[in-house]
Amino acid sequence: MAEMDTSSGGGHKKGPGVKKGKKLSTRVDLTPMVDLGFLLITFFIFTTTMSQATAMRLFLPKDADKPEDQNKAKESGVITILLGKDNHVFYYEGTLANDGSNFKSSNFHDIRQVLIDKKARTPEKDLVVVIKPSVECTYKNVVDMLDEMAINVLKRYALVDIAESEAQLVKISDQSAPAAGQN
Amino acid sequence: MGRAKLPRKSTNIDMTAMCDVAFLLLSFFILTTKFKPSEAIAVTTPKSVSSKVAPQKDYVQVIMDKDGKVFLEIENESKKEAIATALNSSHNLGLDVNAFKKAQFLGAPFSSLASFLKIPDDQRKGNNLPGIPVKDTANNELVEWMRVIKDSYSGEKAPALLLKGDNLAKYPAFKAIIDAFKKNDLLKFQMVTNPEGAPVGTDLWKKGQAGEKQED
Repeated sequence: MAEMDTSSGGGHKKGPGVKKGKKLSTRVDLTPMVDLGFLLITFFIFTTTMSQATAMRLFLPKDADKPEDQNKAKESGVITILLGKDNHVFYYEGTLANDGSNFKSSNFHDIRQVLIDKKARTPEKDLVVVIKPSVECTYKNVVDMLDEMAINVLKRYALVDIAESEAQLVKISDQSAPAAGQN
Repeated sequence: MGRAKLPRKSTNIDMTAMCDVAFLLLSFFILTTKFKPSEAIAVTTPKSVSSKVAPQKDYVQVIMDKDGKVFLEIENESKKEAIATALNSSHNLGLDVNAFKKAQFLGAPFSSLASFLKIPDDQRKGNNLPGIPVKDTANNELVEWMRVIKDSYSGEKAPALLLKGDNLAKYPAFKAIIDAFKKNDLLKFQMVTNPEGAPVGTDLWKKGQAGEKQED
């Protein structure tokens, strides 16, 4: 720490009635300044490399005009995820039952567990995830769902348009479910 | 017994030299920090676990802001010249080729593109610009744009196709952009995101721990 060397000034004698007769030395310890200097350096070293944006790849399948060209997915291995308004997530396995009995709701946090369960139960060659965003969902919802595919290492997935009946079901469920928070 | 008397030396080190080196390094890093160009269109991209770095050169970027307005950014200047001349001849727009080259991004329907280029640079901010119309499926101008861009790159290595979307943009705009890509047979594209680590305990995290490279 900085010290004040008062010993050298003891020899002067100014005269009667003077309070400060000692001459103070001006030696300053530079350690804190060097500490700050290195702190700033490390700050700049770290911030110059951190601002690169990353990119997420997406491959789109060619639009098949003939139904027989489209990939056939086995019904037991398919899970369909529907993205609704206000960060709502709905899903069903296989095909949608007529009375909507297998239509379940979830949110971005719980859907990961659902996907992990499905992945554990299904043989890898049958597992397909179909993502159907609705008109009201946001871009962030879609990217987050694609991210879940990467996080859970699900290789086969598809981004498809939502069917009219499903869109209706999502719309009704959106209104009844409370707004879910984002992950 | 006499004790060994070790001569005590002074332990004061002159710190001036270290201080000089420290400030030299600091100045070096301050001067070599490149700031990102302040963007005229404010976009908050979502986070993703992808670790591939977004390409910095030779890319074509479609920007989608939170209201669903679409803007185009083409990085390669020589290609921009070719695209401007192609648009002038096919659509008879009368574009100023130099202004087109210098424009950081493009965001107007074809009919008002010439007047868009006349707006001075500092006033060309995202909020007041109309953006390229995509919502109407019959009149998705992005299809035409991508076609012209693809033609200008014919025979050469295709540029990286990037999509930078805002978190709050709604799905119809995103779908319209994807449709424009599909109609031009551009099936591979990348979405620009902020990096985040793989959540602990998931399969991807386990792969990372095992030392496997993230494939994509």
